[in-house]
Amino acid sequence: MRALRGRGGRAHLIGVTGPPGSGKSTLCDKLIAALRKRGARVGVLAVDPSSPFTGGAILGDRLRMQSHATDEGVFIRSLASRGRLGGLSRATQAAARALDAAGYDFVLIETVGVGQSEVDIVKIADTVVLVSVPGLGDDIQVIKAGVMEIGDVFVVNKADRDGADRVVRELRSMLEMAATLRRNAVPASVDTLAGRTSALSAGKSGAAGFGAAKPGAVSGPGMTAPRPAREWSAEELAHHLTENANSVTVANDAELPPILKTVAETGEGVEELVEAVLAHRAGLAAAGLLEARRLEGIRAEMRSLIAFRLLDALEGGEGRAREDALAKAVLAGEEDVYGAAEALFAALSKGGRT
Amino acid sequence: MDRKIRVLVAKPGLDGHDRGAKVIARALRDDGMEVIYTGLRQTPEQIVQAAIQEDVDVVALSILSGAHNHLFPRVTELLKEKGAEDVLVIGGGVIPEADYGFLMSKGIAAVFGPGTPTKATIDFIREHVRQK
Ligand SMILES: Nc1nc2c(ncn2[C@@H]2O[C@H](COP(=O)(O)OP(=O)(O)O)[C@@H](O)[C@H]2O)c(=O)[nH]1
Ligand SMILES: [Mg+2]
Repeated sequence: MRALRGRGGRAHLIGVTGPPGSGKSTLCDKLIAALRKRGARVGVLAVDPSSPFTGGAILGDRLRMQSHATDEGVFIRSLASRGRLGGLSRATQAAARALDAAGYDFVLIETVGVGQSEVDIVKIADTVVLVSVPGLGDDIQVIKAGVMEIGDVFVVNKADRDGADRVVRELRSMLEMAATLRRNAVPASVDTLAGRTSALSAGKSGAAGFGAAKPGAVSGPGMTAPRPAREWSAEELAHHLTENANSVTVANDAELPPILKTVAETGEGVEELVEAVLAHRAGLAAAGLLEARRLEGIRAEMRSLIAFRLLDALEGGEGRAREDALAKAVLAGEEDVYGAAEALFAALSKGGRT
Repeated sequence: MDRKIRVLVAKPGLDGHDRGAKVIARALRDDGMEVIYTGLRQTPEQIVQAAIQEDVDVVALSILSGAHNHLFPRVTELLKEKGAEDVLVIGGGVIPEADYGFLMSKGIAAVFGPGTPTKATIDFIREHVRQK
């Protein structure tokens, strides 16, 4: 990995996430074609969950991208997400770096988004495409505020099916609510999100209309805490908005991330999707946010590596024995859990495992 | 990190049945391997490109159409061309025993006829794969 240092940071990393079966792989297939048409070289990392029991996996995403199988400008690698923390395994991050170093202009990262893994993808992707589909039941799959917030571009795929417009409307009202909330009385920690959305509008309409988030405005402490300390539920959002009805400024269109309808199977809407992704990238770059976002990604990666190291140390024989002893002490009331954790941490960091 | 054995399960040729390939794919998965499944009607070029990009240890070819004497050697040949001759290539499907010798002379490590228990294939892979 060390040999790769230096070249990195040129590829644009696009995360494609959403529920199983929503058409992510089919969409990637069409995205590859659209990007190739523009002369770009495209790497793809397709991450599928592995069986929790055997660790084995059947990786089938590649099947949908076979039309590019012998194109030398396309490199597809399937990965099983056997990482312990979230769906995006360590291997994905390493592979993304390697593709970047090998000179690919875009790297698509397909992951099944079910909860935490969606949030993980954002750590390394420059642009996150959140895919939803009609027909997955009433409470749409992406409605959780914490998941919505990682999307930079929203796609409603399978738009050939009934109900696509309804999903678009639902997404829209969720995003409006979130943006309105951000504008009004949300703690500073949400700066980054505001910055990201504004960067989008900058991409959409040139630098004009680029309001609240000047580069300087987002380089503050907010950058180190890219997620709100806590996720707001839809009810809380609604409540907050009614409470503050008088002072609320409603978010305008330019502040909302784009919501696009696609039919991945036919390629309908894919050109627009590429445009939206490129606009997002341009917006990030114009606002000087690309680097900030990548720095945040690197910080997050270092943290997860440290977490892995600590967990490894804990699971090793001696760490385990210490942990057991301390847990017993807590249970017996001889020690409180904070003190025990403190002692364990101190022991681990002194352990100096290499 | 423990590296799982990675296997590309591919179906060259024009026949339209992949039940056998899917059975072996699931058996390998259940044995803890990572299986890349690329579906029906793959050309040797597609198979080899996938094998290289996916950095697999094994290519398992399954065929029913009778073109094995042409397609299997083409796969080993292309792998060699790309400097990937260390990949273990095995074959299965409907292949007359009379052809086994020829295929093995072309670098196919083993041929598993219809009705071979999946366990035999798994054991063979575990025994012969060159761990990277
Ligand atoms: N009707 C319809 N089906 C689609 C569309 N896009 C993908 N599919 C189908 O949905 C299924 C799942 O697609 P896939 O790309 O594997 O989804 P993934 O699990 O999200 O990667 C496949 O059978 C696709 O052919 C679409 O736009 N419309
Ligand atoms: Mg997929």
